[in-house]
Amino acid sequence: MWRNRNRTIITMASIFFAVILSVATSSLRQGVFENLIKNVVSFYTGYMQVHKQGYQEEQILDNSFEESVETEHKILQEKNVSGVTPRLESFVLASTENITKGCLLVGINPEKENEITVLKDKIIQGEYLKSDDNAVLLSMGLAEKLKLKVNDTLVLIGQGYHGSIAAGKYRVIGIARFGSPELNDKVIFMPLTLAQEFFSASGMITSYILSLHHTKNLEPTATTVAAELGNNFEVLTWGDLVPDIKQHIETDTNNAKYVQGVLYMLICFGIFGTSLMMMVERKFEMGMLVAIGMTKIKLMILFAIESIFTVLAGCLLGIIASIPLVYYFNRHPIKIGGDTAETYQRFGFEPIFPTSVDASNFIRQGVIVVIIGLILSLYPMYKAMRVNPVSAMKK
Amino acid sequence: MKTVIDAHNISKVYNRKTIPVYAVNNVHLHLERGEFTALVGPSGSGKTTLLNLIGGLDKPDEGNIFINGVDITNLSSNELINFRLRNIGFVFQSFNLIPVLTAKENVEFIMQLQKMNKRDRGERVDKLFKEIGLEDKLNERPSKLSGGQQQRVAVARALASKPQFVLADEPTANLDSIAASNLLDIMVRLNKEENITFLFSTHDQRVIDRARRVITLVDGKIISDSANVATNTMHPTN
Ligand SMILES: Nc1ncnc2c1ncn2[C@@H]1O[C@H](COP(=O)(O)OP(=O)(O)OP(=O)(O)O)[C@@H](O)[C@H]1O
Ligand SMILES: [Mg+2]
Repeated sequence: MWRNRNRTIITMASIFFAVILSVATSSLRQGVFENLIKNVVSFYTGYMQVHKQGYQEEQILDNSFEESVETEHKILQEKNVSGVTPRLESFVLASTENITKGCLLVGINPEKENEITVLKDKIIQGEYLKSDDNAVLLSMGLAEKLKLKVNDTLVLIGQGYHGSIAAGKYRVIGIARFGSPELNDKVIFMPLTLAQEFFSASGMITSYILSLHHTKNLEPTATTVAAELGNNFEVLTWGDLVPDIKQHIETDTNNAKYVQGVLYMLICFGIFGTSLMMMVERKFEMGMLVAIGMTKIKLMILFAIESIFTVLAGCLLGIIASIPLVYYFNRHPIKIGGDTAETYQRFGFEPIFPTSVDASNFIRQGVIVVIIGLILSLYPMYKAMRVNPVSAMKK
Repeated sequence: MKTVIDAHNISKVYNRKTIPVYAVNNVHLHLERGEFTALVGPSGSGKTTLLNLIGGLDKPDEGNIFINGVDITNLSSNELINFRLRNIGFVFQSFNLIPVLTAKENVEFIMQLQKMNKRDRGERVDKLFKEIGLEDKLNERPSKLSGGQQQRVAVARALASKPQFVLADEPTANLDSIAASNLLDIMVRLNKEENITFLFSTHDQRVIDRARRVITLVDGKIISDSANVATNTMHPTN
C-alpha cells in the first residue's frame, strides 16, 4: 500500500550498489587467489604430494623411492584422491652450442600428468610428449633463453642416482607456456622412463602428485593418506610445498578482511545515511499518521514490510546486475603493470586479476548486505515506536 | 444539547525547570455538539498547545479533559491513539495527506484503520467527495492538487471516521483568500447540514468573522469567549 517510488528507489539503490560493491571486491579477491593457486599449485605442484620421508628437507635423487602399483593403490584408498601421477625431478644443466642454463628436469608419465595438471593445454608450439618419445618438452622462457625451437636439440648434464654422471642429447618436441613466470623459466619435461634412464635411477621416482576431488579440506585427506603409507613417506599439501605462496595468500587474505570490513562499514553508513534522510522526510508523515489514529505497532509493521521488501529487492537486483560484471572481469581480467606486476611475478604468478564466478560468493555477499540492511532498518522502526505526533509535526 | 468537550482548569507548562512558560494556563472550555468555534489570539498565545491537549496529542500538566464523558487524561498512549481514531477528526495546517496515496486512498485509509468494510468505505468516500466538491479528483495524488483542494481532502479525511468533532489548527494559514473562503464555505455547510462540531484556530479575520463563537487566548489564558453576533444572526443555531 505504500508506494513512494522515489524513496523506495533510493533505498533500493543504496542496497543495490552495496551488493555490487561487495560482490565485486570479494569476487576479485577470491578470483586472484584462485588464479594464483591454479597457476602455481594445480598446474605444477599439485594440491598434495607424496615423497620419501625427508625429501622435502633435502631434495636430491638419493631421496627417491621406488614407483610401485602397491603404493599408488594405498594412496587411492583415500576417497578424496582422484588420481596419482609419478615424477622424477632433479636439477640439471641444459646447454646448446654456446649457452648453458640450470634447469629443473622433470620426468613424467605424459598421460597421467596431463590428467592432473593439464600440461597438454600449455603447449604453444610442437607436440605433447608420448611415453616412448626420446624427446623433451621445454618451458617457453627457458626455450627463449637457450634460443631453441621445436626440433632443435639440446644436451643435458647432471648428477645421477648414487653419484653417477648423467648426460644425454635430446630433441625438443614441444614448447609449453606456464602462468607462473618462475616455472616458465626453468622446467624441462621428459617421459619418466627416459628420465630414469638419464639419471640411472631405473624404477625410481621422487614424488607422486595427487589430484583431489575437493580441494578445500586438505589436511584431513593428507592425514589419512599419510596413515595409509606409514613412516617411510611424507605427505605434503601445497601449503607445505610452496610456503611463500601460502604465506602471501594468508597475509593478503587478512588485509582483504580489513578492506572488506571497511567496505561493510561504508555500506552501513551509506544505507544508514539514506534511511536517515528518509526519516527526516517521513517525520511529518509519521507524526500525522499517529495523530489521526494509526497505532505505532501498525506503523512499525508497515516499515518492517517496506524495508524487507526494499532490502530484498535491492539485493536481488544487485546480485543480478553483478553477475555480468563479475563474468566480464572473469573473462577479461584486470591486468596490472609496473612495480606491482614485478612483485607478483617474483612471487610466481601472472599479474592479472580475474574475478571469481563462484556462486557461493554472490550468495554470501548478498546475505551479508541483506543482514546489514535489515539490522539498519530497525532504526526507522525504533523511530516509529517513539514518534511523538506533536514534536514530529512541528516545523 | 450534548456536551462533547469539557476541559477543567487545564495547564501546560514548558521549561518547568528553567524559565517556565505557561503555554496553556488554567483553561476551562466547554463545547456542545454542533458548535462552530474559532480559537484566536496572537502568535505564541497557546492555540496549538490547547488544540493538541483537547485532541489528545499531548497531555496537560494539570486538569482533566472529558471528551464525550471520557477522561482522556487518564488514557494510556495506545488507548489515546485508538480514541483519536474513533472520536476526533484532525485538519492540520499542512502535511495532512500522505503524498504517495491518491486523494481517495488518503480518505479511505482512516476508515481502513477503523476496519470499516469496503462497500461502506466506497459509499462514504463518494459522499464526502461530493460534499467537498472534488468528485473529479478522486484518483489524483496530493501533489496534483492545489493547497485549497488538499485542505478540502483533509476535511473529508477528518470526517471520514465519523468523529465527535473536528479540530483544525490554522487550516487556512497556507491558503489564498479564495481558497480559504471556499474551505470555510464547506466547513460552514457541513456544520449546518450535518451538525458537525468544529473547533479551529486562526489568525485570519475573515475566518474569524464566520465563526459563531470566538474564544480569545492571550498568554495561555482565555481572555474572552463570546458569541459572534454578526454570524449568529446569519446562521441561527439549529
Ligand atoms: N515544545 C515546546 N517547548 C517549549 N515551549 C513551547 C513548546 N511548544 C510551544 N511552546 C511555547 O508555548 C507557547 C504557546 O505556543 P503555541 O504553539 O501553542 O502558540 P500558538 O498560539 O499556536 O502560536 P502560533 O499562532 O504562532 O501558532 C509559546 O510561547 C511557545 O514558545
Ligand atoms: Mg499554532
